[in-house]
Amino acid sequence: MTEETTAPLKIVVLVKHVPDVQFDRHIDSDTLRLDRSESVLSELDEYAVEAAVALVEAQGGFAAGHEVIAATMGGKSASNSVKRALQMGASSGIHLNDDALAGSDTVATSKALAALIEHVGAVDLVVTGMSSTDAETSVVPAQLAERLNFAQLTHALAIDFDGASREVTIRRDHAERTLSLAATLPAVLSVTDQANEPRYPNFKAIMAAKKKSITEVSLADISLSAAEVGTAGSRTSVLNATERPAREAGTVINDSGQAGIALVDFLAEQKLI
Amino acid sequence: MPSALVFFNELSDVPSKAQRELLTLASRFDQSTLAVASEVSQDAQNVVANYGLSKLLVAPSQGDIFVDHALSVLEAAVKQSASDVVLVANDNFNREVAARMAVRLDGAVITDAIDVATDLVVTKDELAGSYSAQAQSTGGTLFVSVKPNSIDDDPQSSGQQLEVQNLAIQSATAAQVRVVATEAKAVSDRPKLTEARVVVAGGRGVNGDFGPVEDLADALAGAVGASRAATDAGWITHDAQIGQTGVTVSPQLFISAGISGAIQQKAGMQTSKCIVAINKDVDAPVFEIADFGIVGDLSKVLPQAAEEIRRRQA
Ligand SMILES: Cc1cc2nc3c(=O)[nH]c(=O)nc-3n(C[C@H](O)[C@H](O)[C@H](O)COP(=O)(O)OP(=O)(O)OC[C@H]3O[C@@H](n4cnc5c(N)ncnc54)[C@H](O)[C@@H]3O)c2cc1C
Repeated sequence: MTEETTAPLKIVVLVKHVPDVQFDRHIDSDTLRLDRSESVLSELDEYAVEAAVALVEAQGGFAAGHEVIAATMGGKSASNSVKRALQMGASSGIHLNDDALAGSDTVATSKALAALIEHVGAVDLVVTGMSSTDAETSVVPAQLAERLNFAQLTHALAIDFDGASREVTIRRDHAERTLSLAATLPAVLSVTDQANEPRYPNFKAIMAAKKKSITEVSLADISLSAAEVGTAGSRTSVLNATERPAREAGTVINDSGQAGIALVDFLAEQKLI
Repeated sequence: MPSALVFFNELSDVPSKAQRELLTLASRFDQSTLAVASEVSQDAQNVVANYGLSKLLVAPSQGDIFVDHALSVLEAAVKQSASDVVLVANDNFNREVAARMAVRLDGAVITDAIDVATDLVVTKDELAGSYSAQAQSTGGTLFVSVKPNSIDDDPQSSGQQLEVQNLAIQSATAAQVRVVATEAKAVSDRPKLTEARVVVAGGRGVNGDFGPVEDLADALAGAVGASRAATDAGWITHDAQIGQTGVTVSPQLFISAGISGAIQQKAGMQTSKCIVAINKDVDAPVFEIADFGIVGDLSKVLPQAAEEIRRRQA
């Protein structure tokens, strides 16, 4: 492998601490905010961390001077998602820790993250998951491309990086087509669960992560005021949120040879055929 | 009353069901405009006119441009029409375009909407449909992406006069993203997964053979879907994947065959009106949300049901 031509890459991978999808999730009826007590690294961000670390490994590794900085925003516990990214191979972490961030919509979130990325400075590539598993809007990566004036390479099914030309090529679905899209750095890359298989950190990686640093910054450090983020800085306001009644299990029958007919009877009864 | 702008990146001769639903939604507003970032045929114009829209703004792209052209067209259309609300489809491309424009024009964006009232209160799904929430803009243009199957397609009038205008857009600076290759996907005669009234989906339990799933889907004039286990195995294309990282469907009838009902899978189908599950494991979680469940072998149950439907229809 020849890899001497690649100038050091500075990659920021965005990670989010979200309520575990395996448990029941609730929206608080007073604050209209999501209960975040049982939170973990968003499963979909693991594909982003994997993509960033694998890209560096293919370009001579961290010894060649590349950096993968795992970045997050949110209250104190959000740093747990950064820790997980460090175990997966990110080289350092940065945490925008400010209680004023709570309640940010996508417009406010992308504003804070763009400011954080500018604070890191000279970033070549921003890598994210395809969506968070809580709000599931999947639009923050595109909004970051807009704010940073980076190329938008989102929803990547497959990723290719050419070190010499510093060009990223992805495949993505678009209407009734699959496109190959290319852009030179800087870019925002969002990664689907089709793109790779996230690694599972081993004991050695977990121990190594303990030595990596996580820098904490406040809103003031990145030149934002509390009024620009959180509920105050959001362009949307939530009026109410109602839990839909849980689906209830209906009739369950055992097939004793006639279940296909019983199924059609059921559909006819429900006026579905 | 606020005015509405509908934005389509592409519009074929026959607008899709999701597009017709957006036009219906726009027709609730006094003033409504449609902007399209590609050529619009006379046939398509005739359909649009039936929804009572007053104006069509058209700006076809020169060549294959990924997102930059759509952004320029939407920006120009919002400025020219001075609309209060912009309605787009809920697919990844359109919601990204809408969300970027909300940032560019200092507006608001709401995704996964199921309704937009004329006072601009948006009803939307949260947490994979387990919550319903209402939200609104705190200022600026409101961009909303609306889920398919949320609004009943309802053309208002016929023979309405539609004013067509070419939209002048600023000559785009060099696009940041280049389209280096385009592959068309195989076209299917079946209805589109996100728009179908009936979806029959197969999982690992089909064990490589989607034949029985497709056969039942055809008997019901439905679409074919799959779990990630089935798409990952390569038994069917990734487009068929339903769930958190696939498409979300909300049909009248969802038939789940050989799918266990993992949380990420349920996220894509639990708002279906009626759910039927066929699984040989009585403890499969899918039975917890099924209106009708069959503990049995799908390779026996599905063909029998398909045959019975055909017999009754004959
Ligand atoms: C980040 C992430 C995102 C994901 N996104 C998605 C997603 O979008 N969509 C999705 O589907 N999954 C998704 N998954 C995967 C999900 O967690 C499950 O692994 C997957 O849904 C399992 O698919 P399955 O039900 O087909 O397979 P299994 O869980 O293996 O279930 C197969 C079922 O078939 C039954 N069966 C076997 N043979 C027969 C037969 N002959 N007749 C009847 N029944 C039979 C078995 O009893 C079993 O219940 C995601 C996972 C992760 C981590």
